Amino acid sequence: MSKYYLSYLEELESEAIFVLREVWAQFQNPVILFSGGKDSIVVTHLAKKAFYPSKIPFALMHVDTGHNFPETIAFRDKLINELGVQLIVGSVQDSIDQGRVAEEKGKSATRNALQITTLLDAIEEHKIDCAIGGGRRDEEKARAKERFFSHRDDFGQWDPKNQRPELWNLFNGKYFEGEHFRVFPISNWTEMDVWNYILQEQIEIPSLYLAHEREVVWRNHSWIPNSEFLTLDPREKIVTKKIRFRTLGDITITGGIESEADTLEKIVQEVSAMRQTERGNRSDDKRSENAMEDRKKMGYF
Amino acid sequence: MEIERNELLRFSTAGSVDDGKSTLIGRLLYDSKSIFEDQLEAIENTSRKRGHEGVDLALFTDGLRDEREQGITIDVAYRYFTTPKRKFIIADTPGHVQYTRNMVTGASTANAAIILIDARHGVIEQTKRHAFIASLLHIPHVIVCVNKMDLVDFSESIFNKIVDEFQEFVAKLLIQDFRFIPISALLGDNVVNRSENMPWYQDAPLLHTLETMHISSDYNKVDARFPVQTVLRPQREGFIDFRGYAGRIASGFYRVGDKVSVLPSGFSSKIKSITGPNGKLEEAFAPMSVAIELEDDIDVSRGDMIVRSNNVPESSQDVEVMLCWLNNRPAQPRAKYTLMHTSNEQKAMIKEVMYKYDINTMERITDDVQLKMNDISKVKIRTTKPLLIDAYKDNRFTGSLILIDDQTNETVAAGMVI
Ligand SMILES: Nc1nc2c(ncn2[C@@H]2O[C@H](COP(=O)(O)OP(=O)(O)OP(=O)(O)O)[C@@H](O)[C@H]2O)c(=O)[nH]1
Ligand SMILES: [Mg+2]
Repeated sequence: MSKYYLSYLEELESEAIFVLREVWAQFQNPVILFSGGKDSIVVTHLAKKAFYPSKIPFALMHVDTGHNFPETIAFRDKLINELGVQLIVGSVQDSIDQGRVAEEKGKSATRNALQITTLLDAIEEHKIDCAIGGGRRDEEKARAKERFFSHRDDFGQWDPKNQRPELWNLFNGKYFEGEHFRVFPISNWTEMDVWNYILQEQIEIPSLYLAHEREVVWRNHSWIPNSEFLTLDPREKIVTKKIRFRTLGDITITGGIESEADTLEKIVQEVSAMRQTERGNRSDDKRSENAMEDRKKMGYF
Repeated sequence: MEIERNELLRFSTAGSVDDGKSTLIGRLLYDSKSIFEDQLEAIENTSRKRGHEGVDLALFTDGLRDEREQGITIDVAYRYFTTPKRKFIIADTPGHVQYTRNMVTGASTANAAIILIDARHGVIEQTKRHAFIASLLHIPHVIVCVNKMDLVDFSESIFNKIVDEFQEFVAKLLIQDFRFIPISALLGDNVVNRSENMPWYQDAPLLHTLETMHISSDYNKVDARFPVQTVLRPQREGFIDFRGYAGRIASGFYRVGDKVSVLPSGFSSKIKSITGPNGKLEEAFAPMSVAIELEDDIDVSRGDMIVRSNNVPESSQDVEVMLCWLNNRPAQPRAKYTLMHTSNEQKAMIKEVMYKYDINTMERITDDVQLKMNDISKVKIRTTKPLLIDAYKDNRFTGSLILIDDQTNETVAAGMVI
């Protein structure tokens, strides 16, 4: 007997595909913001399905802080090659060299906030009118307030107090010159949904998500990976641990968790028993209560 | 033939400002152990900083700085949680009248609504407005929670009085299924756990009700409607002749070989293939996103609709709709707007305001035709080309439309076809 209902994941998949096609139909020059993290990988996978048998009809854009996990870059280049799409790189290093932004100082300095300028510059330079992101509402309390189609003014800013109503599945992507949109096709997915989907679809992900041995240092309640960018405190010690990452950001701020989960099945199991949110290990969100909202207002992902 | 699986319930909150909607959602998440440790810690810190005794549960959804400072909800927050019985998507919406547009946003995709009423105040204008909007949106199931029972000594007679008041009001509306639960969101009575303070209430607490209520499907299974979003022309090896019409099935079923018509042109053809997210399919149904190929080469583009030849929607340039005005700029009589309906977009004019509602009495106002923020009215709209419509009550997706102000690009109104 045929089934005449969609499973929860199929329904989310169908919704995301609908949103991606709507982007293609409503905008002139959209891109997928590709970080190399699982959410942007899932969005890219969904875009492949949305336009099959055509190839993805827009470019992937990577805002490169220069503080990458080498695995992320290798993964990105391989994927771009397979998809046959264009890659646009916005480089934070270039923004620093051009004097557009100044590097933060001190031990906890990161390039996280600097990305905003690089991102907005790249959007302007390439005349991008829609940047598709992998943001999910369950990630963070300010993200919980996002629309699918989220308007940005000509300074790239988000005005959370004055968002357009968004009814049913009618998405208003109209903008004036200089403005743009951020669109979030997987708004309604949770971390668990993303993992279940990756497992179901057998989507390839960077090995960093799977448990592996790595040199790390204990900082801010999580294991920060050793890298050329790390400045050690005299009291801090490098140790080797079996860890994995729940989210991927800059190598300087992404903390890993101790884990034995070295297969997708084990990750799904582990995530379902988690008592901490995935962003709990990211020092960029810990800076203040409204860290995410403030960055988003300025134009962050 | 039809098998329903109720694995997902989307519900939204409604009710006046400070009735306790966000507190209730916080309580629901907290008592069902759906809160992560670091979230709880963060909220305990904020509560302490703001001089709250205990944890302010509303902070789980009131995530914006301004919301926390003012202690109100400004825009919808979406939360997700799962129990062994069901998955839930919650839209916690604002009660403040100024933000009614955001309540409408949250409610438009819900299959159930929880309307809160402050036991001390009973049914007030904003309760009525939200109940009316829920009924216009055809949210099939409504749970009325009479909240803050702790402040009225858990009085059964006060609860009954409010139930009567509400019933009297909704008799004028179209809500099919509603039930009443006395609760205290603050203390947790009848939210996840049964209240010991109200032994007179025999029915299930809120969570159990949400987990077990039958949900009618969002999708009409009879009328096949497929609005074309975009056309896929791969132009690459193996697919040189492929021409797929991409879209999401709004309602009904499609099978390979079905005789279909393309509207508005009216040309007919047969379905040659259906491609779903995982490849070729023999049949597809709402809400699947697919690409459909036709046997004949006919001109099909975005905004067109593929339907079964023996079951077509109404095609008309004049539509009567129930309209919720969502913008500070009032509707200028005869002003033109951009109208979005399915994947179709065109210019439209509000030709006539037939009447507006007095929310308190549900009486029709006919001597004031200016549409102001939060007004609910019945209007006649004229479009430049015919719209392919069904009544909203029969089809949520082909019966809904929005108006966009070209001067601001803002979405200014939500309309439901009568
Ligand atoms: N005593 C008592 N107070 C409550 C109860 N539920 C909520 N409150 C209080 O009522 C106030 C408003 O609660 P919220 O949850 O923010 O109200 P809301 O309905 O979400 O308000 P808006 O979203 O702004 O419309 C807060 O101070 C709560 O602590 C209850 O059951 N009993
Ligand atoms: Mg609230």
